[in-house]
Amino acid sequence: MPKRRHRWPYRLVPLALFVGLLVSGCGQQYVLLHPKGPVGTTELHLLTLSSLAMVVIIIPVFILFGIAVWRFRDKPGNKAPYRPDWHGHKGLEILWWVIPAVVLTVIAIPTVKQTYALSKLPATTKNPVVIDVTSLTWKWLFQYPGHHVATVNYVEIPAGQPVLFELTADSAMNTFWVPQLGGMEYTMPNSVLPLWLEANKPGVYWGRSGQYSGLKFEKMTFNVKAVSPQAFNRWLIKTGNTAPPMTLAKYHALLKFNTVGVATYGSYPANTFPSVTKGFTLQGGMYTTMHDQKNLIYVPMSGMAKTQGNP
Amino acid sequence: MPSFVMYLVHTLFPHDVLRPTELGADVMIIATGVIIFYVLTKQKKWLYLWREWLTTVDHKKIGIMYLIAALAMLFRGGVDALMLRTNLALPSTPVIDALEYNQVFTTHGTIMIFFMAMPFIFALFNVAVPLMIGARDVAFPRINAMSFWLFAFGALLLNISFVIGGSPDAGWTAYPPYTGPMFNPGPGENYFFLSLLIAGIGTTMTGINFLVTVLRMRAPGMTLMKMPMFIWSALTTSALIIFAFPPLTVALAMSLFDRIFGSSFFTLGHGGLAMMYVNLFWLFGHPEVYIVVLPVFGIFSEVVATFSQKALFGYSVMVISIVSIMVLAYGTWVHHFFTMGAGPGVNAFFGLSTMLIAIPTGVKIFNWIFTMWGGRIQMTVAMLYQMAFIPTFVIGGATGILLATVPADYQLHNTYFLIAHFHNVLIGGTLFGLLSGLYYWWPKMFGHKLDERQGKWAFWLFFWGFWITFGPQYLLGLKGMTRRIYTYPAGFGWHTLNVISTLGAFVMGAAFVILVYNIIYSLQHGEKDLTGDPWNGRTLEWAIPSPAPEYNFARIPVVHERDAWWDMKQKGQTLAAMRPEDMRTLELPKNTPIPFLLGFAFFVVGFGMTFEWWYIVALGAIGVVATLIYSGFDYDEHKHIAAEEVLEIEAGLGRVQG
Repeated sequence: MPKRRHRWPYRLVPLALFVGLLVSGCGQQYVLLHPKGPVGTTELHLLTLSSLAMVVIIIPVFILFGIAVWRFRDKPGNKAPYRPDWHGHKGLEILWWVIPAVVLTVIAIPTVKQTYALSKLPATTKNPVVIDVTSLTWKWLFQYPGHHVATVNYVEIPAGQPVLFELTADSAMNTFWVPQLGGMEYTMPNSVLPLWLEANKPGVYWGRSGQYSGLKFEKMTFNVKAVSPQAFNRWLIKTGNTAPPMTLAKYHALLKFNTVGVATYGSYPANTFPSVTKGFTLQGGMYTTMHDQKNLIYVPMSGMAKTQGNP
Repeated sequence: MPSFVMYLVHTLFPHDVLRPTELGADVMIIATGVIIFYVLTKQKKWLYLWREWLTTVDHKKIGIMYLIAALAMLFRGGVDALMLRTNLALPSTPVIDALEYNQVFTTHGTIMIFFMAMPFIFALFNVAVPLMIGARDVAFPRINAMSFWLFAFGALLLNISFVIGGSPDAGWTAYPPYTGPMFNPGPGENYFFLSLLIAGIGTTMTGINFLVTVLRMRAPGMTLMKMPMFIWSALTTSALIIFAFPPLTVALAMSLFDRIFGSSFFTLGHGGLAMMYVNLFWLFGHPEVYIVVLPVFGIFSEVVATFSQKALFGYSVMVISIVSIMVLAYGTWVHHFFTMGAGPGVNAFFGLSTMLIAIPTGVKIFNWIFTMWGGRIQMTVAMLYQMAFIPTFVIGGATGILLATVPADYQLHNTYFLIAHFHNVLIGGTLFGLLSGLYYWWPKMFGHKLDERQGKWAFWLFFWGFWITFGPQYLLGLKGMTRRIYTYPAGFGWHTLNVISTLGAFVMGAAFVILVYNIIYSLQHGEKDLTGDPWNGRTLEWAIPSPAPEYNFARIPVVHERDAWWDMKQKGQTLAAMRPEDMRTLELPKNTPIPFLLGFAFFVVGFGMTFEWWYIVALGAIGVVATLIYSGFDYDEHKHIAAEEVLEIEAGLGRVQG
């Protein structure tokens, strides 16, 4: 082997950079690491647990690997034993089936537990605020079935209590995601999926779609405004009384392929959200297909696509 | 008539294929075409090209053609990647518009998976599998050529979408209902579905071909448990292909029906169920992940043993783990859409199955490390890729476990964390492995080594370029950046990381340039491999000259031990010292234009159907049927190489006694 200058520390510069960036991960902009609600917190805990478990595996593997590479490199005068025919060791081989299995079990048990736990509203919740979410082509429609008010591209929720979002789409698929509050779920046509989230404190939390849905997909953003329950109730009443109604014509205008700003409506036409009483279960376990399509006002968009779809 | 011409021009060249990038590409394509045409004509090589390459059924030549195609597609997919990264470098300063960005990320993913990784793997299968098992060719040489041409014309169909008609823009996963005619008129998605359907036929046949080849064509004495690990990986990969591609074919065909014939399998209206597509797609898509990574496990197993100059550690455990990965690969697909509301029971099941598949994978890592333990490690380029693979893939696997933790996945799904994870395993695993295999088997393909010094430059740039690109993307995911956005506003704290990531992408681009230079340089100046065994190899392909003669083995070797060639060398045996009386007349498959014509006919069908021009479809379909019927009655499939001729060739290679 030709003599090599010792250049290797330079090769580690990017690594150092990466570690530096990782350490800087304490900033508030790492939204996944700074959840503002119980769902996000649970998800972060599991993320942390599995990260730690992985570190427990990674470090010994790296050390072992480093030693192997260093000790057994092909250099003249290398005194490490050379055993070209050593091709197995029962004990060792059993050991590395067992180690990952044990570590993974440590992750698996809480994973299963929390997967079930998060699929239901907390047992203490009575009459949660329900918000129907519909992704339209590059905008979000939020309807409050209890109070018959609606918003576009922002949603107001009470802080300190679970809110049940019912998700559907009258568009391509999107995902409804408010990273500071918790994980995302798909909005899909012909199906309604439940997702509950809770904000610990009043505040404004950003949300966006995580599923690509076409030309102006990056505009599929919205803000979640969490306020105190009293303020929330005042807002509902005030909106119902003062905000303009969403007429059928306005609803149809929302179905166009475009982007719009935020809007608030004091009422909305009936049957603009698929019936959630049928086939809808918080337990999940089934694809909650709508059966009463007849009641749904469906505007065939095939004609519109020619003029307003993708250029 | 003029209105027809206008219609044609508007259909074939809508304004989105008349952007500067596309026009630039047009100029380059035409210029390249002219140069190639000129050179071929000047050198009088047209007939040579037709006789020796386009009509060949020789697995080694088909392998080389796969390799050329794969490297060309790596270039295309890489340029796509650089365009994406350039767009994202700074907030709110897109260089290309949203439509073009959407098209580019779609073709980037589609090309890298279907038209780069897959053919690269088939290139190495074709080159190495028959040689490693001591066979004269694959089981079905003509079908092998058909597979290649179906792939090649499928790839061509997808690639011309860039300059004729418009590219697909629904991502490589093509989720409905976005792919439906309501949201996505135009030919783009038709191109996508048809090119994958055509290439998919070829891939399925490749799977069948190599399954049969491995099971039926091994040299005497090579029992299943004496096969090299790469052969095990070819066997399991083939099995995965055979059962994974049907669901993809169904999903693509149904989507195509929704677009062309007005059905509603997955559309918004009439009760279409988009999630059914997602299930079908990932029922293919997850095994596909292992289709592109198992061969690489095989390559690394060969490379690590060869360059540690030591037997592979825990062979039978490696076999058990690769087979269990193959089986478990079918049972993890829902982890791609935990957030689609299948319910906690289903999600928990698939979370656990995903964690389960990590165990046999982890076992392999330990076995590779212990193959090095007690060896003498030679730092060749092939081995460097192997050594970069271990830590990179371990981290990629670990982040995979984080994603398998179902509740955590609700946060990480479709973020840049996911992007970083799958590039971590696909570049750190698949690409590193394929490049390792490229450097390892290059002498066997071309008779000379690739320059090691240049190779090391390319390696270090690839390795660090990879980490500079994708390390920051993990962090971007934690900052909530979602995938497939063409630009983003300032204020989320995403831009520093994006700048770094983009720089890394250009480092990898530089690595690719060096790789290509390395190949061109080595064609002229590469160290000649005169022994046929440049690495002191262990398996049978190194027992014959480089490049291998057309018939591979003048005399089929008899296998006694696992590393057959190593074993022979230990016992002082060789395949070189042949005696004239050993020579037999050899029967070999004969060249045929049928595969090429079949591929072309399928291309015509695909092109016609993309624009729904049914006369052209009919024309192509007649071509397909006619070629197949002709092929069925073509009994003149074999040629013979006389014993004297074999003797002459072997003597010319200095491998005959007396």
